[in-house]
Amino acid sequence: MARLNINDRDHEVPADGDMPLLWAIRDIVGMTGTKYGCGVGLCGACTVHMDGVAVRSCQVTVKEAAGKALTTIEGLDPNGDHRVQQAWRELNVPQCGFCQSGQIMQAASLLAQKPDPTDAEILDAMAGNVCRCGCYQRIVAAVRLASTGA
Amino acid sequence: MLKYLEQAGQAATEVLRVRKVSRRGFLGTGAAFAIAAYAVPADAFPTWAVGGTHMPNGLRDDPLIFVSIDADGTVTLVAHRSEMGTGSRTSLPMIMADEMEADWSRVRIVQAEGDEPKYGNQDTDGSRSLRHHIQAARKIGGSVRHMMQHAAAQAWGVDPDEVRVENHSAIHASGKTLGFGALAEAAMALPVPTHEEIAYKTEAEFRYIGKGEVQITDLHDITTGKAVYGADVALPGMKFAVVARPPVVGGKAVSFDAGAALAVPGVVAVHELPYSNIPAKFAPLGGIAVVADNTYAALQGRDALVIEWEGGPHAGYDSKAFMAEMVATAERPGGAVLRRQGDPDAAFAGAARTFARTYTQDHMAHAPMEPPVALANYTAEGLEIWAPVQSPYTTRTDTADALGMDPADVRVNVTLLGGGFGRKSKADFVTEAALLSREVGAPVRVQWTREDDIRHSFYHTASAERIAVSMDDAGKVTGWKHTSVAPSILSTFAPDSGQQFFIETGMGHVDMPFAIPNVLCDNGAALAHTRVGWFRAVSNIPRAWAIGSFVGELAHELGKDERSMWLELIGAPRTVDPAAEGYPENFWDYGETYAEFPIETGRLAHVLNLAADGIGYGAALPEGEGIGLSVHRSFVSYVACAARVRLVDGQVTVPEMHLAIDCGYAANPERIESQMQGAAVMGMTLAQHSSITHANGAVQQANFYDYDVVRSTNFPANVVTHIVPHPFSVHSTGVGEPGVPPVAPAIANAVFAARGVRKRHLPMGVSV
Repeated sequence: MARLNINDRDHEVPADGDMPLLWAIRDIVGMTGTKYGCGVGLCGACTVHMDGVAVRSCQVTVKEAAGKALTTIEGLDPNGDHRVQQAWRELNVPQCGFCQSGQIMQAASLLAQKPDPTDAEILDAMAGNVCRCGCYQRIVAAVRLASTGA
Repeated sequence: MLKYLEQAGQAATEVLRVRKVSRRGFLGTGAAFAIAAYAVPADAFPTWAVGGTHMPNGLRDDPLIFVSIDADGTVTLVAHRSEMGTGSRTSLPMIMADEMEADWSRVRIVQAEGDEPKYGNQDTDGSRSLRHHIQAARKIGGSVRHMMQHAAAQAWGVDPDEVRVENHSAIHASGKTLGFGALAEAAMALPVPTHEEIAYKTEAEFRYIGKGEVQITDLHDITTGKAVYGADVALPGMKFAVVARPPVVGGKAVSFDAGAALAVPGVVAVHELPYSNIPAKFAPLGGIAVVADNTYAALQGRDALVIEWEGGPHAGYDSKAFMAEMVATAERPGGAVLRRQGDPDAAFAGAARTFARTYTQDHMAHAPMEPPVALANYTAEGLEIWAPVQSPYTTRTDTADALGMDPADVRVNVTLLGGGFGRKSKADFVTEAALLSREVGAPVRVQWTREDDIRHSFYHTASAERIAVSMDDAGKVTGWKHTSVAPSILSTFAPDSGQQFFIETGMGHVDMPFAIPNVLCDNGAALAHTRVGWFRAVSNIPRAWAIGSFVGELAHELGKDERSMWLELIGAPRTVDPAAEGYPENFWDYGETYAEFPIETGRLAHVLNLAADGIGYGAALPEGEGIGLSVHRSFVSYVACAARVRLVDGQVTVPEMHLAIDCGYAANPERIESQMQGAAVMGMTLAQHSSITHANGAVQQANFYDYDVVRSTNFPANVVTHIVPHPFSVHSTGVGEPGVPPVAPAIANAVFAARGVRKRHLPMGVSV
């Protein structure tokens, strides 16, 4: 049993401490905005925030996440209106949409640390988030739009 | 044909940028799609035949099937095609709403279950959703508007001609109004009008169609994590399963020990699934399933299985040897002749010179971001499924067959698809879930891991394409021979002859559109040793790769510039007469009636020029840069790619790419643009990365560490889309797939222009 604080709420999670956070969030807590894409930390679909920083939830165990402040796409903004989410909507970014929770969480983490990143910093920060539909052009434009340098 | 040519000339000069999708430019150059103005005909909706009527269960245009309206005015529209990212779940309802004069903000969209007898064909692939259904969508919307008009006229006791329908209301000449909600019950009880009875909107009256200003239906849910994909449906008591599948197609477990797996906390059962070998259509591969209380326990259980596999008849499949064999076959005469025009042998015998090259491609896996996943609930009442499938009705009938059930007792609910690209047309993963649910007596979700997805796909075929030309003294091409060698998709469905079938050879092989008097297209045999399936754009990828690269090489060989070479080969604008040019009698024009969707070479040349002009073809470039061109017709659309490559420490980057598409009437230009941007990325991925190889029958790749894709660190950074403008009467054609084929050859030609290095194998790698 572990206690996970997700989106400012504590959850008692009856899970093996070695279980990847991703599966605890999805299968046990039952929040499905965080996606499974590769399981090896190479696609970014499962990105959540741990103490405000983007992590791949498939690479963090329940044991490691316990006691940390976790944020998923569902909790990024109470009304779903984080400026990154707004920028995504303004540019009609997604195609299939599956990777977009992870993309948005990654972008939000970047901008929290660096409100006005350079183009190179945007590209570098988003490099771990795969979009097989190929929305990169709009993703990058949306991150720029959400930045203070837009 | 004239309708096109009338506009082709003006389009090139009237290209306007009407709307910047990216409002603030990134890296200095904002993307924009360009679309020109044209005169709108006053009343333009003569119908035309589309291949959809010949698809299983045909087309439906009955508003009572697709539209319901609540008393509060909420309009509910049914999306019967699967949404995998192309936007059809937005575009088709948008067309209905516009023609209906419904307010888009009061429209709700529900997804149809798999029920083709009711909805007509639901098989979402082949770039068909808009092409086949655009007329039906207008008819559905126009019918409802007509019924609203007449219901209001009856309510007011006035002549229908005194009533117009506008923005969710019927309005009488006197000024009084009745809303859709108030009229709904009476309107929907009226007879459905015929096509001829409907006063359709003119194009000038469209609010949404052709504008590209509507957000995608699921945008808010996607950006807040609420959108529901295959793994996001849960049922009480649901179990989680993963399957250890045989590494070689047709293999099976000789023995297995489930003891350690069953000892993993949370594992509830281990069950062996029945095996299959090609041809088995979409039957599961079989294997050992581990069923557990959560995904992690299932994965741990699978890791703990001890299995001894037997390879079966395909255990010798070795990609390297197989490729060598295909190349040898392609370079040897004697393939089955598919197209013979003029006298190609005489042209080659009498040639002043000849030129030949061979191009190859490895297998590819689709790797949608959402790996295959399905939830099945088998009970005494029947079987209910929730899954991200491209063809929900085939899923229903196939699964019913596999379980010996009546399809009437099977219900298939379609979630959003986290990408499809052809993989999710094959519902083997759904059958696995259904079999396991019946076995364990509980709802079961089968989750494929990324490794499962990469190792057990229905792969894009591997291929060798040999092209030779004969030339006269002046270097004019007099003859063309193209030998194609590739295992066929048909091998998944029927005993394998080693020959491709007419659908594959119709994709850029026998329909080679150049104005060359002597042509031979033939097919050398290659037997499949894995599950071969369709991948976005299918056989067009290797054909466009070969033809596009060959044109670039030929230009260099003859000392011509590439654009001139393309235009010379395409020749003067003509409508191809397939019989006169020796096409096979069973030539497949994407399932369309050829007379309605003929090959018009002027459209090929036009998109080529749009892309080339857009990128500034011919201008001087810095050292280490080059521009390459390619153009290809597929899914009855014409797409050209102009790529500018920059070599950075030997790494191939693509700072700019122009894609010009002629897809007939552009119903939703914004989604067409997004498909072109996506095609650029997928095209660059397959150009640089995508290689599935086999050794001892088993796939050698597993995950993104050895099957990588283009990422934000190196992607076509500035894709500019040019859409050739047309009125509605120029039939809408495919969009989802045709952007992909020309990308890789354009990049290869650009690499050659930049560095003089010629790549002839896909993938070509990330650097030169």
